[in-house]
Amino acid sequence: MKNFIYQSQWGWLLSGVSLGIVFILTVALVKPIGVSTQFVILDGMVWDFFSDQIVVEDNTAKSGYSSPNAYLNKSGGKYAKNVANPINYSFIFVFAMIAGGFIASRLQPAGESKDNLIAPLVWTDRFGDSQAKRYLAVFVGGFLVLFGSRLAGGCTSGHMMSGMMQTSLSGYLFTLGTFAVAVPVAILMYKGEK
Amino acid sequence: MNIILSIVLGLLFGFVLQKIGAANPQNIINMLRLKDFHLMKTIFFGIGISSMFLFVLLNIGIIDSANLSVKTSYTGVIIGGIIFGLGWAIAGFCPGTGIVAAGAGRKDALLFILGGLLGAFVFTLLYGLLKATFLFGNLGGKATLAATGNAKFTTLFASMPEIVIAGGIGIVFMIIAWILPGTQKNQHSIVK
Repeated sequence: MKNFIYQSQWGWLLSGVSLGIVFILTVALVKPIGVSTQFVILDGMVWDFFSDQIVVEDNTAKSGYSSPNAYLNKSGGKYAKNVANPINYSFIFVFAMIAGGFIASRLQPAGESKDNLIAPLVWTDRFGDSQAKRYLAVFVGGFLVLFGSRLAGGCTSGHMMSGMMQTSLSGYLFTLGTFAVAVPVAILMYKGEK
Repeated sequence: MNIILSIVLGLLFGFVLQKIGAANPQNIINMLRLKDFHLMKTIFFGIGISSMFLFVLLNIGIIDSANLSVKTSYTGVIIGGIIFGLGWAIAGFCPGTGIVAAGAGRKDALLFILGGLLGAFVFTLLYGLLKATFLFGNLGGKATLAATGNAKFTTLFASMPEIVIAGGIGIVFMIIAWILPGTQKNQHSIVK
């Protein structure tokens, strides 16, 4: 048990079973896991902070809130409502995930050097030690990942894991599109021996 | 009650993502360049076992089909997946693993999140222009392969028992997980 908690990385079978249990547990107790929507909610909160008009109470809307922005106003103002009331299941879930990652990393033996927390080995082998280069790449990568997730309506959690678990067509389509590009790009971009 | 559940389940999910190595971009990139199948075995097994048990538990009434949430299929799901795949290969993070990695102290994950917030914001601004285009053209609606018992979703293989379909897919996924080659000892950056 002790080893199970402190070990730096689980083997694939324990990993797969634990991942499966988490996804079953969440759908049994509440609803399937999704993450990428909460990036929109946080953006909306920042936008709402600087503008009084972006989310307004509206009795005629299904959610009770509306927005002049078509995306926040989608599905009867569903996102507008969550921007106005961020203390809800999905938003808190994401912050709890951060805490979960923090706890897991604090419990594992100090193995990784500081450099490894900025760029993985596979990156430094190919692109060198420049931190600025890595930061620029992850920033661009993050932009593409979240833009793509929002266009697709979900990410690895919502589409790939939760979607394929429910045998949903959209989950399979998303996963096919993702791997069809990610595999050749990763092979070409990180060409090398290691 | 929901808030307590969100804290407990979110903590568990974050903990598990870190422990399985998914929050380490080294593992993601090496999976995508087909050098290390640890995460691919994990993902296949996780989806396979959860798919099979989900439909068993739906069938015997332990999980309520009202809890399910099936997303719509439209052209943008594939195009969005392609854009996602490009960014995923470059950065080595997806939205969930990026925020867990930030919690685990990775500095590059913070820049990933900032880029992600900007990407989500640009999409929020563009949605009004994009929503009437081919990107949101229907590709099958809220459809599943196996019958869920929830009338909001359509079923593609309605004539076959859902346990056979979901169980069959689940078993195939678990077999794939089993036969993919494992990690060679020198591949992990954090072998102790």
